[in-house]
This record gives sequence, structure tokens and C-alpha cells, in this order.
Amino acid sequence: MTSDLRALYRDVIVDHSKHPRNFRTLEAGRKAEGFNPLCGDRLTVYVQVDDGVIRDVSFEGLGCAIATASASLMTERVKGKTVAEADALFERLQRMISASSDAPVDDLGTLSALAGVRRFPVRVKCATLPWHALRAAAAAAGDEVVSTE
Amino acid sequence: MRSGSPGPARWAAAWDGAAIRRDFPILRQRVHGKPLVYLDNAATTQKPQVVIDRVTQYYVEENANVHRGVHWLSVRATDSFEEARAIVGRFLNAREPREVVFVRGTTEAINLVAATFGRSRVGPGDEIVISAMEHHSNIVPWQITCEQQGARLRIIPTTGAGELDLDAYATLLTDRTRIVSVVHVSNVLGTVNPVEEIVRIAHQRGIPVLVDGAQAVAHGAVDVQALGCDFYAFSGHKMFGPTGIGVLYGTSARLESMPPYQSGGDMIRSVSFDQTLYNVPPYRFEAGTPDIAGAVGLAAAIGYLTGIGFERIVSFERELLEYATDALSRIPGVRVIGTAADKAGVLSFVLDGVHPHDVGTILDREGVAIRAGHHCCQPLMDRLGVPATARASLALYNNHDDIDALSAALQTVRGLFG
Repeated sequence: MTSDLRALYRDVIVDHSKHPRNFRTLEAGRKAEGFNPLCGDRLTVYVQVDDGVIRDVSFEGLGCAIATASASLMTERVKGKTVAEADALFERLQRMISASSDAPVDDLGTLSALAGVRRFPVRVKCATLPWHALRAAAAAAGDEVVSTE
Repeated sequence: MRSGSPGPARWAAAWDGAAIRRDFPILRQRVHGKPLVYLDNAATTQKPQVVIDRVTQYYVEENANVHRGVHWLSVRATDSFEEARAIVGRFLNAREPREVVFVRGTTEAINLVAATFGRSRVGPGDEIVISAMEHHSNIVPWQITCEQQGARLRIIPTTGAGELDLDAYATLLTDRTRIVSVVHVSNVLGTVNPVEEIVRIAHQRGIPVLVDGAQAVAHGAVDVQALGCDFYAFSGHKMFGPTGIGVLYGTSARLESMPPYQSGGDMIRSVSFDQTLYNVPPYRFEAGTPDIAGAVGLAAAIGYLTGIGFERIVSFERELLEYATDALSRIPGVRVIGTAADKAGVLSFVLDGVHPHDVGTILDREGVAIRAGHHCCQPLMDRLGVPATARASLALYNNHDDIDALSAALQTVRGLFG
């Protein structure tokens, strides 16, 4: 097996993909669906925002290991943060996984587990899908569908 | 024929898989440091040297516009282009070359019929019948026709094994059915549909039938007269020819009765600002300069295939499909999707607990190229109850080593995901 594959499918990624955290619906709050028509990933992110703070966040749906793990890690990280802080985290994540493979890895705590995605450019959309959905849900007046295509 | 056909003598002996692989230069490549194992043939096939050489030769020696010039090169280009049409006609067992319309591919062929037949023969309240295992390219054009003409789409259901329900099909046909359009070989399930029977039932009511042959032409001989179909559509690039060239076969009677598709040069007989007279088929449907190099390249691909012989290809691929099906079913957690009695070289599968997209990425790093996704068949995916599948699709240059590499790579997937 190649080192690229080990870097992509770290134990923490496989674990979160098989046992996603906060994998449930949320009655209160808003939701947005993220859809990747290329591979059929379809995740719904639920978010409850009060005074600009993410009080609760969850997701459900069907996706590949990268999209599912990214969503699971995301829900753990952004709960209790402001929408603006979550947005800033998403920007840093995007920079980290779009960088060339020899660039230094930004320390994003648990999200650094996604750094291996940078060696697989076609999988960047999988990792960002739930974050796009979170952004749409947090900003939305009503329910939204966002697409990575 | 200047297609560089190897001739039957070379293949008179046993199947020489190594010689066939040598005909395809791209297969010598390494991917991520591993030998390339190309199992995405349902998406597109690789090109043998004779096809590459024929396209090059056309540009080096014959390039000019067709059907226009009085000069020597134009005559030569026209001869090559029309010879390609005749070769395609013989390949399909068409009655005459003018039943062969050159288009960009299967998609354009179906769009052509949906637009022109649809505009002239489909009206409000009419019905168009397709099946539940169609590619989006045999769904969306008809949806547009239905929308424009006020007609309705009816769907032939599939069974659990991935075969068409012919009893249900027969009951779908009514006095309002204007056309039936079905796939010959499913790009997801590999199912070979009983096209002759489908045509026979439709013709009892005088309903024309279009057959989407995109996945069929590389894997078996096609005889449009035996099938009895009114239209047959396929792409050159899925049968070892160039991209950008495809064919719509139509019976003369059907093509004569249809108005033009695109308009411009070559499709007209005479133009004035008061009135334009259209050319006869096939030229009526070939507006503008066609893909001349593509057409001669496709003819070379046909020469290559017929030189090997479809009987040999069919029996080789049947054995390889059995070997591959057996190998996959030995891997814990693998479920093959599509178990029709009559199948061509497509193996769709899911691996328990692993998304097909991850399977595709891991296999790629092992040098194994497969497709993962919905294969442009979202309604079929819904019917199968899966968001996507992984798909290995075979061609005549694949061998047991390729299947063994696929199996080993799937074991790597199992190793990563436990």
C-alpha cells in the first residue's frame, strides 16, 4: 500500500467514517443539503444558531469516507463557536487541503487528520462538502441545497 | 481497406492476448509506479496503433474538406470518408451505406432522433417508452421531447437481477406510443437486453424502436437487420476508435421521413432567401464539416475488430467475465450488482462498509483504473437502492493478471477499512 493512501485513510479518518459523531437530525434549527453529483455523496447538515453562536450541529446522509469523516470532525469542532469562527476554520481547512503536498501542514488540531487529502486533488470536494453545507445552513433563511459541482 | 487490419491469418491460431496488448501502446504505461490495469472500458476504450496510425495518415496525406472541392485532395478525403461510411454499413449489416449518419457519438445520435422524429411524429398525449436502466443520454433527450410536444414518458421496469420485465413492457405499449428507445447492453449492469424480442413486440403495433448500442459494439457483432430495429446509435470511442465520432443507423424509410437536425452546409440541396431544399439522408443530418479523421479512424477500428473476429472476442470475454465474477465473489463483503443471465463485460459491485468512491481512489493508487459513481444512471441507482457502485468493465486486451490485480487491490481496501 502506498504512503499516500496511508496519509489519506489515517486511522482517525477511517474511525470517524465508520462511527460518525453527531450523526442525527436536529429538530430545532436549520439545515442544508450538500450534494456531490460526481460520486453521489449526499449529506444534510443541521445547525442551531443563537446570537451568531453554533449551539448544536449534526449531520446525516450517505457519503464516502472522506466526506463522512470531514463532517463528523466538523461537528465536533464547530459546536460552541461563532459562525464567523467556523467560517474562518473552513478557510484554513481549504487552504490546507489545496496546498501542494510538500507545503507545511497548518496545525488545525483534529482537522489536521484531513491533510492527506492534498495528495488527492479529486477528493478535495469530498472533504469540503459538509463545510459548504454548514455555511449554507448557518446563513440560510430557509432550507438549502448546495452542490460541489 | 487501408485500416491496417491485421488480417484473419494472424488470429487463426489460439487467442494471443499478449499480441493484442502490444497493439495498444498506452497499456505499456505505469501509473503511480504500478503497471496500468485499465478496467474502465465502459467509459472509453484504448486505441490500437492501427487506429492512431490511420488518423495520422489521414492528416499527413489526405486532409481536405469533403463533398466540396474539385481538387485532388478533396476527392481523396471524400473517398476516405465515404469508404468509412460503407465500412460502418457493412459492420452493422445495413442495407446500404446511406443508412449510416455520422454524428459525434451516441448522445448526439439519440438527440438527433428525439429532436427530429419528436418534432414531426410526437404530439400532445402521445407516449414514449424507455427503460429503467437507461443512461441519462437516453432519458433526458426524450424528456425534452415530451416537454416540447406535450407527450409522456413511460418506463419499462427491471427485475431484481437487472433484466427488463418484458411482460410489463408489452402492457406499456398503446395506440399512443410513438417510439421505444432502449439500451442494448447496460453500462451499469452489463445486461444484454433481448432487443429482437423488444423490436418484434413494438413492430406488431407499428411502433419504431431505437437501440442505444454504446456498450454493445465493442463486445459482439451487431446485425441491424436481424435485430430489426429502426435506429441504432453508438460511439466510436467505446469500440477502440477516436473520440468525437459516432453513428446513427436509421432505415432509409425512417430517415427520409425526418426533418433536418442541425442546419448549414452540406445538409442542403439548394438555398435561396425564399426557399431552401434539404439534401437526402444521410447528408441531411450532417450539417457542417464532419469529423473526417474520426470517421476513417473508426473504420480502422472496425477493421481491427473484424480482423480478430467477433466470435473469438465474445468467447474470450465470456471466459474473462466468468473469471472476474468468480474472483470478486471470493472477496468477503463484495456484492455484484447485476446478475442477468445474458451479460457482457461489465461488473458493478459494492464492498460492504466502503463507499465506491473510496474503492476507486485506493484502486487507482494500485494502478487499477475503474469507475465509481452513478454511471450517469441515477434512476437506476435509485431502483437498486445504492447511491453509487464501483464498476470494472472489460475489453479484449484485459487478462487474468488484470483481474488478479483488481482482487489484490480490493484486499488492500479491506485492509484499510477492516
